[in-house]
This record gives sequence, structure tokens and C-alpha cells, in this order.
Amino acid sequence: MLDTVVIPLLKILILLNGVLIAVTYMVLLERKVIAWVQVRLGPMRVGPYGILQPIADAVKLMVKEDITPTRADKWVFTAAPIIVIVPALIVFAVIPFGDQVDLFGRTVSLYVTDINVGLLYIVSVASIGVYGIILGGWASNSKYPLLASLRASAQLISYEVAVTMTLVSLIVVAGSLSMVQIVRAQQDAHVWFVFLQPVAFVLYFIGGLAETNRAPFDLPEAEQELTGGFHTEYSGMRFALFFLAEYANMIVVSAVATTLFWGGWLRPFPSIQVAPLAWLGLVPGWIWFLAKTFVFLYVFLWVRATLPRYRYDQLMRLGWKVLIPLAIANLIVTGFVKVLL
Amino acid sequence: MAEAIAFYALSVLILGFAILVVSTRNTVHSVLFLVLNFLCVAALYVTLGAEFLAVIQVLVYAGGIVVLYLFVVMLVNLKRPPETHQDPRRQTLTGFVLAGLVLGELVAIAVYSALPPTPTGGVASVQGGNVERVGYALYVDYLIPFEVASMLLLVAMIGAIVLAKKEL
Amino acid sequence: MFDTDELVINMGPQHPSTHGVLRVVLKLDGERVVDSDVVIGYLHRGIEKLSENRDWTQIILLTDRMDYVAAATNNLGYCETVEKLMSLEVPRRARYIRTILAELQRIASHCLWLGTHAMDIGAMTVFLYAFRERELILDLFEEYCGARLTYNSMRIGGLPLDISPGWDKKVREFCTIMDEKVDDYEQLLTNNRIWLERTRQVGVISGPEAVAIGLSGPALRGSGVARDLRKDEPYAAYDEFEFDIPLGGAGDTYDRYLVRLEEFRQSVRIVRQALDGLPSGPIIGKVPRLIKPPAGETYHAIEAPKGEIGYFIVSDGKSTNPYRFRVRPPSFCNLQALPRLIKGHLVADVVALIGSLDIVLGEVDR
Repeated sequence: MLDTVVIPLLKILILLNGVLIAVTYMVLLERKVIAWVQVRLGPMRVGPYGILQPIADAVKLMVKEDITPTRADKWVFTAAPIIVIVPALIVFAVIPFGDQVDLFGRTVSLYVTDINVGLLYIVSVASIGVYGIILGGWASNSKYPLLASLRASAQLISYEVAVTMTLVSLIVVAGSLSMVQIVRAQQDAHVWFVFLQPVAFVLYFIGGLAETNRAPFDLPEAEQELTGGFHTEYSGMRFALFFLAEYANMIVVSAVATTLFWGGWLRPFPSIQVAPLAWLGLVPGWIWFLAKTFVFLYVFLWVRATLPRYRYDQLMRLGWKVLIPLAIANLIVTGFVKVLL
Repeated sequence: MAEAIAFYALSVLILGFAILVVSTRNTVHSVLFLVLNFLCVAALYVTLGAEFLAVIQVLVYAGGIVVLYLFVVMLVNLKRPPETHQDPRRQTLTGFVLAGLVLGELVAIAVYSALPPTPTGGVASVQGGNVERVGYALYVDYLIPFEVASMLLLVAMIGAIVLAKKEL
Repeated sequence: MFDTDELVINMGPQHPSTHGVLRVVLKLDGERVVDSDVVIGYLHRGIEKLSENRDWTQIILLTDRMDYVAAATNNLGYCETVEKLMSLEVPRRARYIRTILAELQRIASHCLWLGTHAMDIGAMTVFLYAFRERELILDLFEEYCGARLTYNSMRIGGLPLDISPGWDKKVREFCTIMDEKVDDYEQLLTNNRIWLERTRQVGVISGPEAVAIGLSGPALRGSGVARDLRKDEPYAAYDEFEFDIPLGGAGDTYDRYLVRLEEFRQSVRIVRQALDGLPSGPIIGKVPRLIKPPAGETYHAIEAPKGEIGYFIVSDGKSTNPYRFRVRPPSFCNLQALPRLIKGHLVADVVALIGSLDIVLGEVDR
């Protein structure tokens, strides 16, 4: 009972709350980091250095009037934000934050579940999120959101193909679809997979930027062109759900990049046991995991502060004519190397 | 017991959503019910222990193909029904023919599955999860049919491009 | 096989990147612009008509409100027109300071252009960097005349105020800073692949066509036409300084961008020369207490940051206000090119092209 029900439930509880808090603070971090890049201070009013800003934001969004446009399709309009946020949260179930640890005398694994097809599960659940975006734009019964949602869905589908193709070559190297097994495989290989699959990592990260609608691929919410994108007509908590989902997806992409390419919870030089590196082993695995994830999240923000935005046709060209051929070429090369060695 | 409950509950949902797909007037809602239908089918696969198939069902059907349906439905103005649907008799006739075909197919499957199972060599001997088993089935046991099917899809795709593109 | 409906969308008058209250009615085929209609007039205040009921000095204040991001240039153009009408001699020192103010104003205006243009294309950091430098210029103007946006900084026949002690030193410091910062902007954008893809071959307009439409300023020079009133019809003290006129080749958004960036450097160069050669003497010429130009009409144009700003003024010689007052604003004339430029481009290019023309709606509508 304890092992099959209580502990998983506890894990889910902690994970969900942790993710939601992380997401709200991600928003603050983004505002802060971009402010620093732009020689500003960012939020400073709520709490010291603005650290209570997310709470103020949350309160504001919750008490705001929740408007449904008159001629909107009410059911779909309400369902769309839910369709976006749910997949964004449930993919965290298979992300391994660490290996087993001993806690109060029993061994607890730092992931909710380890399923055999973990990686595919992430890809497929994430592909459901696109419905929320399309439907949100369509149900608003407004022209700009409709344009944005068409952009978004075309973009997500194209880049999903590229990302999935990229991941296949990693699966070939790792020999497993289970997230935990992939990390263990990196330990057995004595090397993080980013050094075996550098091209795949770069492709994955670019695709990840596009799949989370982040700059320079943030066309679906290009404020300067489409006045806000598919969520233009949304307000209050429903808007907040779209917003939270975007940041949750960023965390997912970063966490998956960490797990697949940067050794997950493994420390640097995972199997070299020499004295000068011993201190690395003292840091618990989950801290390594979070630190690596944080680095990628920071890169997301950094990119946003630096680069201009692609145009719609250029984005599609990049996806179909550059990323996908490269991913396929990478897969073929990986396959050959794997067979020959 | 739990498996039976899950099976029947999912079956009810699948059939319910299927009926809603064809009976809803709003086309977008109809497509949405189709997605729910596919998701329930995926859940059914999980209860059967075919996680790989379930995930692929979600990825390919729910996440990919239906999005394209939705595109078409959103972009094409469907307020005016096409002319072919105006003739009720023709519709009924086609419906009966199709229903008859499906029934025949179902009977055939029922008869076939009632026969004693033929031993399968390659698949059973493979150890490991069902990803590996599907892999062996596709790439070892049924390699030629698989490749032929993919060629067929490729040809269909090229054909569609040729038809749709005005200038090549 | 399929009939496609065109989607008509209103971009503006409330839209984040129409730079104020411009309204563009776009007919879209997918995301491609098939046809467009530019609707203006949302900011019309009747400045020209108002001016016909104000006396000559009061009008300076109204000219501030046209291109409100380049108020000093508007002042300069108006004052010189009236001086031409009255055949007034402006002291050399006043002309030098006017040149410095006009060039600082050009830098400030281009900063605002660069920031918003980059922001429209999605590079939001450049926006804040450019505004940081613009802020320095506003500080300089504040020290000179007390105002930060609408300066009212010139008088007919000269200037209201001499520069305060130490001001020239601050301007020199600013010039040093600006030189560095322009390189910073270039590092962020000029060779950025995405920036190149977004601006190259977007909104191409050839030189003759640009002349035919009536483009002026950087938008015209981006197409390779060497027309700059500072060189062609020198005013203020421009005939005494050395500077180059940057020209583009292809006439696309990227060329217009490069031209304006180079103008930053040339403006700094002019300001430096003016400070070096700043003569002493009075700052206002012999101006009658009651300004009443003789009957007659005149047209005088100067090179504003956005293009040629011209004033056509008729005086009846009897009253203390102009009989007819008409402005040729660069933004208004440049905006004419917009439908021609955006046709066949994507929605994303529309905002890039509006930014590339550098319009201010206060000036378009007046």
C-alpha cells in the first residue's frame, strides 16, 4: 500500500507543486535576466529584489475578469487552455530527477515512474498540446488569433518531425527508450551522449526552441505582428494557463536535453574515480540535474534577449530544408557507425 | 477484474465518442471527439500491455493526423453542405454498402481469430519490452511487406504533391 | 481547384507596431499581402490651420508637435523659412549651435527608429540600448533649453539661449560614447543571420521609382539616390563641415538600415567639427521686436532625420500671422510608398517595412 499508492501520490504532489512554483519563478527569472541584459533592473517592488513578484502576478491573474468573447465557441474556448497545460504537466512523470536515494530508511527513486517507452511518451504527450493552441485561436473567433494559431500549428507539427527524427539517432546510441535507462547507458559508456551526438543535441535544442514557441521562433505570439498571438482574446486565469504551459514546456525541453545529452543526474566525468574529482561525487545527483537544467533555461532566456525573430516562411524552410535533412543524415551516419563498431 | 472494468469502460467511451463524431453538427467539435476517441483507443492498448502501440497511436493519430484534419476543417468553410449530400437516397445506398462491407470484414476477423493460432517463430523468441518485439516483427519477420507498404505510401505522397502543386 | 477567400484584417489604429495610430487595411492570402490601404488622420490636430491664427513666434511651439521625436529640426526648418522670408542674417555662432542641435536631434531620432525597428523584427534588447543613448541626448537638450521632448529651442533670427558653460564638453563625451555604441548595435544586428534574412530583399524599391513616389531622406538614399539637402542646398552651417552621405545599393530594408547606421557616425562627425570650430559672438541677429515679414511667399526645406521637411509660407505683409502655412512632412510623403512596398510580402514584413520607412504619426497627420 505504502509503496504502490502513498509514495507515488506523494511524489506526484511534490512534483506538481514544485513544477508550478518553478514555472512562476521562471517568469520572474526571465524578467530579471532580460532586464539585466538590457541594463535595467527588472521587477524590484514586490519583496526584496522583486522575489515575491510571482505571487503578486498569480493573485492578479486570479482576480482578473475572465472574459469570453461574445461569439466565441464557449466550450472549446474554455477547453483550450486546459488542453495546453495538462500535457505540459504530465510529461514530468517520466523525467528522472535522480537515481534511487535512501530516505527515512527506505529506498525511493527520484522519478514518478520509469516506463519502457518514456521518451516516446514525452514526445507523444507533448504533441497533444498543439490542440490547445489551434483551438484557442479558432474558438476566439478573432482574426489575429486565428492567424497565429495557424502559424503555431504548422510550426509545431514541422518541428515535431525534426525533433523526433533527431531523437531517433540518440535512441540508437542509447539502445533504450526509458529515460532512466538512457542515463544509465551514459554511465556505462563513461561519457555524456552530447559528446557522441553533438549534431543531435544542437538540432534538438533548436527544435526545442521552436516547439516551445520561444524566440527566435516565437511567431505564434509575435506581439509586434499579431498583437499577442493565439491567446489575444484570453484573460485572467485562462491566459495564465497558456503562459504557465509555455514555461513548463521550456522546463521539459531543458530537462529532456539534460537527461538525454548531458548525463541527467550524473556528475561530470561519471566514471573517473580519481582524488581531484572526488568532491564532484559529494554533490547529490538531483542537484547536478537541476543545475544542468537551469543552464539550458538560462540559454532560452539569453537567446530571447539577443536574437531577432524569424519570419514564417523562413521558419518553415529552416525546419523542413535544414533540420530534418540534417537529422536524417545524422541518423544514417549513427546507424552506420553503430553497425560497423 | 480490474482489467475487465477498464476494458468495458473504455469500450463504452470509444463507442460513445465515435457516435458523437458522426452525430455532432459542428465539424470542429466532431474532430475533437475523434481525438478523444483515439486517446481512449490508446488507453485500451495500454490495458493490453502494448505501451509502444499506445504511444504511437497518440503520436501519429491524435497528435499528427487529426491536427491536419482540424486544419482543413477550420480553413474550409463548411456551412454550406456539398451537393452530393443533398440526395438522401444515394447517401443511404452508399451507407448500406459500406455497412455491409464492414460487417463482412468483422465476421471474417471473428472466424479467423477462432482458428487455433499458428506458432510464430521470430517474435516469441525475442526477449525484452514490446518496443523490441515490434521492431523484430516489422524489420525481421515482415520486412518485405513493411517496405512495400512504405513504398506505397511514398508513391501516394508523390502523387498527392503532383496533383496539388500547380507548377512544378 | 479550390477557391480561397482573402482575409481582410485591420492593422491598427491600435496595434503595437504601427508606430502610433496608423491603420493599414490588409488583404491577405494566407499570410501574403495582396492589397493594402493606408488610413491616416487619427492624430490630426490641424497644426497648419492653427498656425495661420498664431503670431510668428508662437508657431515655433506648434512645429514641435509635428515630428515630436525631432522637434529641434522642425524648429530649425520653420525659423529658417521665416528668416528667408524676412531676409534676416543669422549670426555664425547661432548657426553652429543650430547645426549641433539638429545633428544631436538626428541621432536621437535615429535611436528611436533603430530601437523600434529592431523591436518590430523581434530584437528587443536593441530597443533598450538605443533608448539608453537617446536618453543622453534628451539630457543634453534638457540642459540646453529645459525641455526633453518639445524643445521650442530656436527663435526667428537665432537662438533663445546660449549654451551653458561645460555643455560642449558633455556633448563631446556623448560623441565618444555614441561612437562605441553604434559599433555595439552593429554587432548585434548587422551580421546577424536572422536580421539579414528578415531585411534583405524585403521592400525593394529602385532609385527612379523612389524618386517618382517622392521618398526622401534615408529611405531615398537607401535606394542609391544621392540627395541630401545638407549637401545639395546647405543651410545652417553645413557648408562649413566635412561629412559623407551614405548610400545604399539594392534599396531594400537592409540598405535603409545601413544608411541610417552610417548617419549616426556622420552626425557625430559633424557635431565634433562644429564644436571644434564653434565661433564666439551673438546668438541672435538683428530681429525687429514685432515680427511682420513683408508680403510674399517662400518655400524652404531642410534635411530632417526622416527626410525632407519643407515649409511653404505666405505672408500678406499686414498681419502678425502667416496668411498660408503649409508643411511638407517627410513621414507623410514617405508613407505613400508603403502600399507599394508591402505588396506581395508577408504580414511580418509589413511591420518591418513600416519601421524601415521611419514614420511619426504626429507628422503624418499634423
